[in-house]
Amino acid sequence: MALLKTENISVSYDGTKIIEDINIELNDGELVCLLGVSGSGKSTLFNVISGLLAPDNGHVLFKGEDITGRSGMLSYMLQKDLLLPYKTIIDNVTLPLTLRGTGKKEARKRVLPYFEEFGISGCERKYPNQLSGGMRQRAALLRTYMFSDEVALLDEPFSALDTITKSNMHTWYINIMKQIRLSTLFITHDIDEAILLSDRIYILGGRPGHITDEIRIAPEDVRHTDLLLSEHFLEYKKRIIKAIGDTC
Amino acid sequence: MKKSQNTIRTNTTAYKTLHFITGKIIPPVIAIAVFIAFWQYLSGSELMPSFMMPSPAKVIKAFINDWPVLLQHAATTLREAFIGLAIGIVLSFIVSILMDACRPLYNALYPVIVVTQTIPSIAIAPLLTLWLGYGITPKIVLVVITTFFPIAVGLLDGFKAADPDALKLLKSMGAGPVKRFIHIKLPYSLGYFFSGLKISVAYSIVGAVISEWLGGSSGLGVFMTRVRKSFAYDRMFSVIIFISGISLLLMLAVIIIKWLVMPWERRSKSVTGNK
Repeated sequence: MALLKTENISVSYDGTKIIEDINIELNDGELVCLLGVSGSGKSTLFNVISGLLAPDNGHVLFKGEDITGRSGMLSYMLQKDLLLPYKTIIDNVTLPLTLRGTGKKEARKRVLPYFEEFGISGCERKYPNQLSGGMRQRAALLRTYMFSDEVALLDEPFSALDTITKSNMHTWYINIMKQIRLSTLFITHDIDEAILLSDRIYILGGRPGHITDEIRIAPEDVRHTDLLLSEHFLEYKKRIIKAIGDTC
Repeated sequence: MKKSQNTIRTNTTAYKTLHFITGKIIPPVIAIAVFIAFWQYLSGSELMPSFMMPSPAKVIKAFINDWPVLLQHAATTLREAFIGLAIGIVLSFIVSILMDACRPLYNALYPVIVVTQTIPSIAIAPLLTLWLGYGITPKIVLVVITTFFPIAVGLLDGFKAADPDALKLLKSMGAGPVKRFIHIKLPYSLGYFFSGLKISVAYSIVGAVISEWLGGSSGLGVFMTRVRKSFAYDRMFSVIIFISGISLLLMLAVIIIKWLVMPWERRSKSVTGNK
């Protein structure tokens, strides 16, 4: 059974349909990507999945349970890291726990071991404005993880970073995901990033936005450093560009 | 490597301090010195009779002579100002939180609050005295009225400045309106609050003094009226300087409190911890 599933999600805004009949699945341990041009409704779909927006039709199922329109179940992370500038990194990371009523001391004790794992140890008492973009993004990911340790919804998480930091973050993210057994659904408009990170890619396109294609990236093709230059990669890229092109 | 970095850092700190002194401290000191020198010259010349325009030296003498009396009166004025300011702060918090939580209330009250600010406090002071007598009450009420506005408007702007994405994030984490307020809106408005408070502490002293002009048994305003009636202009000037001195100290206190309460504002913006 899929960990997270959407069934026939449709959303309209001011009488215009934005997304229609979206059916996607995220299995345990998978990294699935939603790829589409700007305005295809990717973020709208995320708002529905995280419960911030109620869909006109359809359901969101998390471990088989209907969580449509219920916020506080799955947290998501935006391109902006949204670390609160007036809280230290550790207080930012413990926020999901303290919001649930965990005591400050207890919350800190629980998050501390992860600082090492996420590569941000030593930053606990710093304020966000003292950290670089990559470090802030790691801290924000840790906060997302503290909120829901099974599924991470990431909305263009790395798009604000420079190319080199981004590439480092990709490698880091794939490793950390395996370590903490996190399943990820993420949005991007970066085709290279999608091929590099994903197990599967959903192409979202058209007006109203709907899933136009689903592409599985074979495990033997990915996760080696030369991927970006390999022939497989170009084949995937061609196929994706064609799929996106067809929808426009 | 580390050592050279440290030297550079000390050098820049020293440079910054020097830059601060030459750029920010020396020019106003020169301006004030020129002003006082000109004043001294004027009062010594035939242009201005010395009883109307006492020389700076005379004012300083009056200031020293009156010091114990000034302190006594200041105690009264400060008490009125602080009580009024405290009530003003509490009131502005209550009103702005309610207005932020309830949109119709905001729309209804915001113009009213702005309009009340166009009424000069000096015009309502006599009315307050008529209604509430010569005691401490009309003074406190005037201080409350004058200090309420800058803080309330500051808070309301601060609540509005809260990042909508941050609010959305907390909502996605299941935080209700109260928690969203505590974790996002309140901290976001702190800077605005202190800007308002800085203005309000100065207003609180002015408000108390104006109100004391109209009657009372002690206070800097009462003292001012007395020395004015006895045509002691040098003592008038010394009270004025004393009052502005108090206001400046209070504003400085607000800046220090802000520095203590908002540690994240004083940290350097430099990027560290890159791996």
